[in-house]
Amino acid sequence: MRFLRMKPGHGEVLIAEGDVEMPQDEQRLIEEFRRQLEAGMWAAVPVTAGAGRREARMARTFDDVPRDAERVIFFPPAAGGC
Amino acid sequence: MLLALAATAIVVLALLWDVLAPRTAEALARRRARRATAALDYDPGRERRAEARARMLLRSCVEEEDWAMYRDLGFLRVWGGRSRRPGTGPDEDGSPYAYLIYPHKPILAYLPQTGRLLNEYCVAFPDETRPYGSERLPDSDDVLAKWMALTGDEQRLIETANLHLPGRQLDPRTVERDLWRLRRWERARARSIASGEPATAGRVPAS
Repeated sequence: MRFLRMKPGHGEVLIAEGDVEMPQDEQRLIEEFRRQLEAGMWAAVPVTAGAGRREARMARTFDDVPRDAERVIFFPPAAGGC
Repeated sequence: MLLALAATAIVVLALLWDVLAPRTAEALARRRARRATAALDYDPGRERRAEARARMLLRSCVEEEDWAMYRDLGFLRVWGGRSRRPGTGPDEDGSPYAYLIYPHKPILAYLPQTGRLLNEYCVAFPDETRPYGSERLPDSDDVLAKWMALTGDEQRLIETANLHLPGRQLDPRTVERDLWRLRRWERARARSIASGEPATAGRVPAS
């Protein structure tokens, strides 16, 4: 599982990577997930839903992330604009 | 006499040091900051590389048809989650509605069947850390963030956005033209797929 973070002027940055089946890796990923959410980031997991349709699932806790997810994308939270 | 002059000079120097030292330090700090900013600014390819990276990420997340739409037309259509997309079964929750996602512009809700424009949702994803002096994500990252937020939690995004009537930010004539381009693009793409031609045959110019 890879954690990617969108960044202005750069595009995505790999911030963590690990195998959730390995306890040490999983703990590291959980800590990084918490760190990103505490920094205000939103987390989304791109998934393929029924009929092959692609969509994203927002994750508010690490438990929301499917175990087989390949990547979690963190991005700045939405704010009303214009 | 000489001793008195020397003592006076020392006192004057000490007083001057008190006055000038902070100003000198500030000036040096400003100069260092200017140099650092200049060093950051002096990378004309950075934004281009960031956008190229963002496009790759977007392409890897959305459906192939959606990617082709964005590549060819410059915007993305997302079906509203509270209605079914056409052709997927009976619609029990009202007419299908959809959103047009433009980079760094409001999300536009509309009714595909009639082309009626519903609302503009002004939303941004500002990165307060400003890693390169800007809080703006690359264009394609902005589109992907909107796509993820809409498909992942439509209600949360819509509640966060500022709601406006159509025409506040997006020129309705431009949007109507974009919807016309989208219809042409879909027809051309359907023909290409039916005849086995490359999918890029659906490209529709903006003008």
